[in-house]
Amino acid sequence: MQTYSALSLLRRAFGGHSSWQPHWRTPEPKPEYDAVIVGAGGHGLGTAYYLAKEHGMRNIAVIERGWLGGGNTGRNTTIIRSNYLFDESAGLYEHSVKLWESLSRELNYNVMYSPRGVMMLAHTIHDIQVFKRHVHANRANGVDNEWLTAEQAKEFCPPLNISPTLRYPVLGAALQRRGGTARHDAVAWGFARGADAMGVDIIQNCEVTGIRRAPNGAVTGVDTSRGFIGAKKVGVVAAGHTSVVMAMAGLRLPLESFPLQALVSEPVKPAFPCVVMSNTVHAYISQSDKGELVIGAGTDAYVSYSQRGGLHIPAHTLDAICELFPMFRRMRMLRNWGGIVDTTPDRSPIIAKTPVPGLYVNCGWGTGGFKATPGSAHVFAHTIARDEPHPINAPFTIERFRDGVMIDEAAAAAVAH
Amino acid sequence: MLLIDCPYCGKRPEIEFSYGGEAHIARPADPSALSDEEWATFLYVRTNPKGIHAERWRHSNGCGRFFNAVRDTVSDFFVTTYKSGEPRPDAKVGA
Repeated sequence: MQTYSALSLLRRAFGGHSSWQPHWRTPEPKPEYDAVIVGAGGHGLGTAYYLAKEHGMRNIAVIERGWLGGGNTGRNTTIIRSNYLFDESAGLYEHSVKLWESLSRELNYNVMYSPRGVMMLAHTIHDIQVFKRHVHANRANGVDNEWLTAEQAKEFCPPLNISPTLRYPVLGAALQRRGGTARHDAVAWGFARGADAMGVDIIQNCEVTGIRRAPNGAVTGVDTSRGFIGAKKVGVVAAGHTSVVMAMAGLRLPLESFPLQALVSEPVKPAFPCVVMSNTVHAYISQSDKGELVIGAGTDAYVSYSQRGGLHIPAHTLDAICELFPMFRRMRMLRNWGGIVDTTPDRSPIIAKTPVPGLYVNCGWGTGGFKATPGSAHVFAHTIARDEPHPINAPFTIERFRDGVMIDEAAAAAVAH
Repeated sequence: MLLIDCPYCGKRPEIEFSYGGEAHIARPADPSALSDEEWATFLYVRTNPKGIHAERWRHSNGCGRFFNAVRDTVSDFFVTTYKSGEPRPDAKVGA
């Protein structure tokens, strides 16, 4: 693998940048692997990376129906934060933020992690109470989060309108300074490059069409559009399509897939210093390094795999953006798209073994999986390699719905679902 | 925006409706006889198909009544709508 450094950039600049090699190979699938990961998004590629790096499993493949990073990894709004209420969630997301902090160095690939601060606006007395509870719970869990008055919020984010005459005036905000954004494509590419360098086969344009099982029920491999691929272990990281893939093994999960929309504006000079989210009026916004405002809208109400949704959903979000940030009222939106997110009843993910021996699943990230990419991949790799969960993902089982030990971020999450 | 054919009122825009989840999931007649596994399945497990889906809708900003619909989740095309209590019609993708 060619490594990146100032020196290597300089040296290759003198060669006209003609000696750079592809980031990853395009291998033919082998007949059998020790483990196969289904889904080459950030979580899946990261899983392969950590399986190879930390668990010494090199004979593994990542199988992808489309192209790597082409699903929700490339469709999200790139927000990173860990200010979740419950201990289990705080543990998982904080694990991830800690990995984000050193990920560019770890991968020798600039994922452009930018801890510019994630600020969540409170518009009602109830918001204030909930966010203050979050602040205290987070600090007890070692997660940074602080309470700001409306004036302090305005100081941190000058475009913010804190006029008391707003329909939903800003009464204060919770700020996680270590939260921020990263370059989503770079995360997929960095993990893919790192995994490939350790011998992981990344097989794109290869759709899984079946999961084969031995008479004793254990997984023996997957049928794909490029033939059968044997595997002792199969990890499914298929996001919105998890229900479809798991049905191939006869499993039904507590999941529903919904379209989640986002949009970007025309690019402008740096104007917006942080990430702002508002649960109550349902808007979140940041500015990319290219200068586009990146705006997250909500989910459509109905189950769908269409990767698009109703225009009234982003329009509703833009109403809120224009009220909170009047200077954006004449901005033009350039692109609007949807991704299909798999949501669980408690809005927490499932990272677990399944009732089928050798079959593992990492799903249910709903509207907020990007932030967890390295942490999720790290603990899922542990789960696959050791056939038992890492302590961090041990609570995120399928059985929690049967046993009533849900991690109910549905009501506690800082963003509306 | 989707146009949804309310069996009582006719075609109306999606924003007049609320989504009610997968249809034809009957509440068990004797819940206490169920195992935890069966109860969790009733409460939480959903088919979530890529293709034909029978689902409930409520015309909440119209007649206020629940009804069922069959929709293709790949294209969001509504194959048909029908009143609650009626059996699920046979439907295929592209029908």
